[in-house]
Amino acid sequence: MPVRMRTALVPSATLPLAACAGRQSALDPQGLQSDQILRTFFIFLIVAAVVWIAVVIALCVGMLRQKRAADQPLALHRSFERTSGRIVFVLGLATLVIVLGLSIVSYAGQRTVFAKDENALTLKIIGHQWWWEVRYEDGSPDKNFVTANEIRIPTGRPVKVELESADVIHSFWVPSLTGKMDLITGQKNELQFTAKNAGTYRGQCAEFCGHQHAHMAFAVLALSPDEFDRWRDHENQGASSPTDPLGKQGEQLFRARGCALCHTIRGTLAGGQLGPDLTHVGSRTTVAAGTLPMSPATLAAWIADPQHIKPGNFMPRMPLQSDELIAILHYLEQLK
Amino acid sequence: MRQTIVRNVAELPTYGYGPRSGPWWGAMGFMALEGMGFAIAIGAYLYLYAVNPNWPIGAAPPDLWPGTAETIVYLLSIIPNEMTNRVAHRQDLAKVRIGLIVMSLIGIALLVLRGFEFAHLNTRWDNSAYGSIVWLILGLHTTHLATDVGDTVVLAVLMFTRHAKPRRFSDVTDNVFYWNFVVLAWLPLYVLLDWVPRL
Amino acid sequence: MVAEQRELRDDALNGLQLSTRLENIWRTPSGFFGALASVDHKVVGRRYIVTAFAFLLLGGLLAVLMRVQLAGPENTFLSADKYNQIFTMHGSTMMFLFAVPVMEAFAVYLVPLMVGTRNIAFPRLNAFSYWMFLFGGCFLWISFMLNVGPDVGWFAYVPLSSLQYTPTKRPDVWAQMITFTEVAALAVAVEIVVTVFKQRAPGMTLDRIPLFVWAMLVTSFLVMFAMPSIMVASTSLILDRLVNTRFYDSSSGGHPLLWQHLFWFFGHPEVYIIFIPGTGMVSAILATFTRRPVVGYPVVILSLIATGFLSFGLWVHHMFVTGLPQLGAGLFTASSMLIAVPSGLQIFCWLATLWDGRPVYRTPLLFVIGFIVIFVIGGLSGVMVASVPIDTQVHDTYFVVAHFHYVLIGGAVFPLIGAVYYWFPKIAGRMLSERLGFWHFWLAFVGFNVAFFPMHILGLIGMPRRVYTYTADMDWAHLNLLSSAGAAIFALSFALLLVNVIYSLRSGPLAGDNPWDASTLEWATTSPPPPQNFDRIPIVKHRDPLWFDNESLPVVAGLSVERREVLLTSLAEAEPQIREASPDPSIWPLLTAIATTVFFIGSIFTPWAVLWGTPPMAVALIGWFWPTGSKEDEE
Repeated sequence: MPVRMRTALVPSATLPLAACAGRQSALDPQGLQSDQILRTFFIFLIVAAVVWIAVVIALCVGMLRQKRAADQPLALHRSFERTSGRIVFVLGLATLVIVLGLSIVSYAGQRTVFAKDENALTLKIIGHQWWWEVRYEDGSPDKNFVTANEIRIPTGRPVKVELESADVIHSFWVPSLTGKMDLITGQKNELQFTAKNAGTYRGQCAEFCGHQHAHMAFAVLALSPDEFDRWRDHENQGASSPTDPLGKQGEQLFRARGCALCHTIRGTLAGGQLGPDLTHVGSRTTVAAGTLPMSPATLAAWIADPQHIKPGNFMPRMPLQSDELIAILHYLEQLK
Repeated sequence: MRQTIVRNVAELPTYGYGPRSGPWWGAMGFMALEGMGFAIAIGAYLYLYAVNPNWPIGAAPPDLWPGTAETIVYLLSIIPNEMTNRVAHRQDLAKVRIGLIVMSLIGIALLVLRGFEFAHLNTRWDNSAYGSIVWLILGLHTTHLATDVGDTVVLAVLMFTRHAKPRRFSDVTDNVFYWNFVVLAWLPLYVLLDWVPRL
Repeated sequence: MVAEQRELRDDALNGLQLSTRLENIWRTPSGFFGALASVDHKVVGRRYIVTAFAFLLLGGLLAVLMRVQLAGPENTFLSADKYNQIFTMHGSTMMFLFAVPVMEAFAVYLVPLMVGTRNIAFPRLNAFSYWMFLFGGCFLWISFMLNVGPDVGWFAYVPLSSLQYTPTKRPDVWAQMITFTEVAALAVAVEIVVTVFKQRAPGMTLDRIPLFVWAMLVTSFLVMFAMPSIMVASTSLILDRLVNTRFYDSSSGGHPLLWQHLFWFFGHPEVYIIFIPGTGMVSAILATFTRRPVVGYPVVILSLIATGFLSFGLWVHHMFVTGLPQLGAGLFTASSMLIAVPSGLQIFCWLATLWDGRPVYRTPLLFVIGFIVIFVIGGLSGVMVASVPIDTQVHDTYFVVAHFHYVLIGGAVFPLIGAVYYWFPKIAGRMLSERLGFWHFWLAFVGFNVAFFPMHILGLIGMPRRVYTYTADMDWAHLNLLSSAGAAIFALSFALLLVNVIYSLRSGPLAGDNPWDASTLEWATTSPPPPQNFDRIPIVKHRDPLWFDNESLPVVAGLSVERREVLLTSLAEAEPQIREASPDPSIWPLLTAIATTVFFIGSIFTPWAVLWGTPPMAVALIGWFWPTGSKEDEE
């Protein structure tokens, strides 16, 4: 009988779960680029505020000031017409000067934000409906590996992400680190950013990409360079084989029940290419591209019925007995 | 409000030619927006040309003879077209009839030539983006050609009925005007479709 | 010529006799089929206005549904599938079925009256345009009711909208609805241009044209030069989906960014197609209620024209995050910001007008003041999003959602509602309630700002647009709830307008010819105007004719009272040139629209519709243009 675990597990999954998401705010810059953009933004904001207040004051004074008495619409004062014409002209000129000034400020900011560093750590990100494939392709080929929905980077070092799409247009956006860049079908884009501080930064697809666009998030974990190197070495290895019977059963079921048709677990026979790589899925912070925080309960709920949590996504609901689900879950949890 | 008659327009004519008449400006407006349509389509062609390293994509350039033959007929058609314009201004019904029949025949001949041109494009609309844009542009121009030929034929028939009244001559001149647009629109398209792929 | 001189002219008649005769030849035939055959610009314009407002109501209801869904995190009120259809329908309805048509609708009704003529140029084309708009809008909404509503966003980016990624009929419905509405809009644009160029009352030289008419003239040119681009785009999209062309298939040499260029080359001018008529309404209302002409008439006109030109040079700012060359993007920053100059000049002229005038605070003026306060915020946030670095953060977030609602609602809907209060007495013959209008304004002003201001902050703290839900730990819940509350107030304000209109249609005080003591020609005739608009065509001697002389109106005589005749004048000096026949009512525009509708909808299902759909259209068109043998055709 297929599991009916949904009722038992999902409530905890849909409850508010704090602190797992990480920051996702342009007003909370943690990267060199987001810092620069916020500075540019504040310059614009101040100018805008001054202009708006000036307009509203002019409007109020204009309404409240003493008016001429007679209602003769065409009895205009020549002096007012002349003076107002001049003032309008001067204000128009001032507007021109302001927008040209702001254009220069903007371009200076743009130069900084899009400055390129040849020494950057390079990784490739491929957008899929509705998850992120992350390929570390820097250095020697034996150090390359693939992961999904989570990007770990070292602090202080520029990171270059090469952006491509496997299907429709997506947009890569981690507001706490930098602005967004689209992943466009048939085109290669790139974006560079540098995290100043260690921490978890949430990112989200920002270009409408279909049904589950709302649930296409990811996490960027900025680690100290040492920690990053350790993680990278570990991640580069294949999955370790389970030693306990339940884990072994899970590994076997992972193939027997069709999971391996879509998912790869390096170091095993599972080599599907359609879904996210799950080699170290147990160490990730979220389930289903940032939809849920990672926990045994959420992972089980996801495997049991992905169409309930993320309706319309491409992971089918597999008919699993409850003991089969427990075995697969146990196996995946070990893939740290 | 009290009305004071300060002017009488009873002596004004009830139809006119060119910029004096309303329909002329209507035709002008439609030509402007259709011209914009051609410009946008040309822009799309050049965009695809710019982003693709190979052009034409997976096909030989179109055979030259149908497009070239059309271009010659288009250019020559300006002569009978202009003559029709003159006789229409002179309100010479017999000659207008001849002019319209000649122009109808030229239009039909061009439609036939256009059929050959489609057949000799050397690509299909679903081969590549190149095939698609070529078929779109040629199709767009063909709708204009067919519309004007249809209009010319209907006008020609009209001029043989009891409706062949003086104000119809103004319609004939507007038709002449629109034909010039169809010819004018073709010239850059000929260069684009037949010669750009040979660059 | 002998026959012509025996024809009865309006110089032979006077007063009631003249009005009755003119009414008889200009009126819409009675009965159901008579109504379907109407070519009166006022009848068509009224239908256009009412239909556009019906779509506003529908689009507004969708907005309310979205605000209910987003009011709290992980709300399950709407499914992802419904939400995606709803936001697409909201955007498409508001842009293509409300904003552009309603502005053109006011132009269809008002421009002929304001330039002092009896009907719009090409009245049958005008009727055809309305039917196309109606059928296109109904087609979209019936599809939505049948769960075939488009769900790929109102700009339908490829490849999401391609057959491969959306194998349903939904994007076809969207693409074909575009074709319907663009045909309608292009037709009206040509009519307006020719009406303004050729049918102005004698003496209405270029520098005596009312500012609203100038605005509509510039708008019509924008329509003519912007909309062909979306026609090419929607046609190529539907060809890709229907007959396997490869325009947007990157594996066969196509490119997804071609779509974005084509779409935004139309899409940016589209914003000004909506905004410029709004500025025309502001100028008209301000002059009347500050009791003086708008300061800087030539400055305002040059600003309109400059805005029109500039609007074609900044579409790329919608594409700053698609990986364009940096310097190119920077130049588009500058060109985008430059449009602040003409917009600013207009604002300064209006402020100066208020400064010198003697404001009469009736509802239309309240909405104009609200417009200035709100629109300036939208304009300034527009300067922000024009900056490449700032745009990389706020693009496709709620900041942009806030920005364009400040521009479109602030810049176009507030003036439009002001215009409804201002011109309703002319159209309906009765005044709207001032008391309800006062409440309407304040609810709208407060509701709008509460609904949309928080969205700026939501965007900055990371909320992307077009998400059907969000988790509680994103800290977006409070601001979203506030925004939804504001949306409820804003929606309520429109309910007040509806109540006001229904109540006033029956029991509002009678308006009389010129209830606001305004200066332009539409106020020189009765409210509502008779079928012939004016018994005799006025002669214009001043930019503000009714203020120049509010006792007597100089007029032209010599037009026929036996058949429909309009006076054509020269382009610059408006010198009388021709007494041109104006078409009688006809059912053929409706039949042509039906044939075209069959053609358009059929072609979604089979390309052969192009073959079997063309002959009926051709027959209908010949029926339309074939002379009826009536007197005016036979000269």
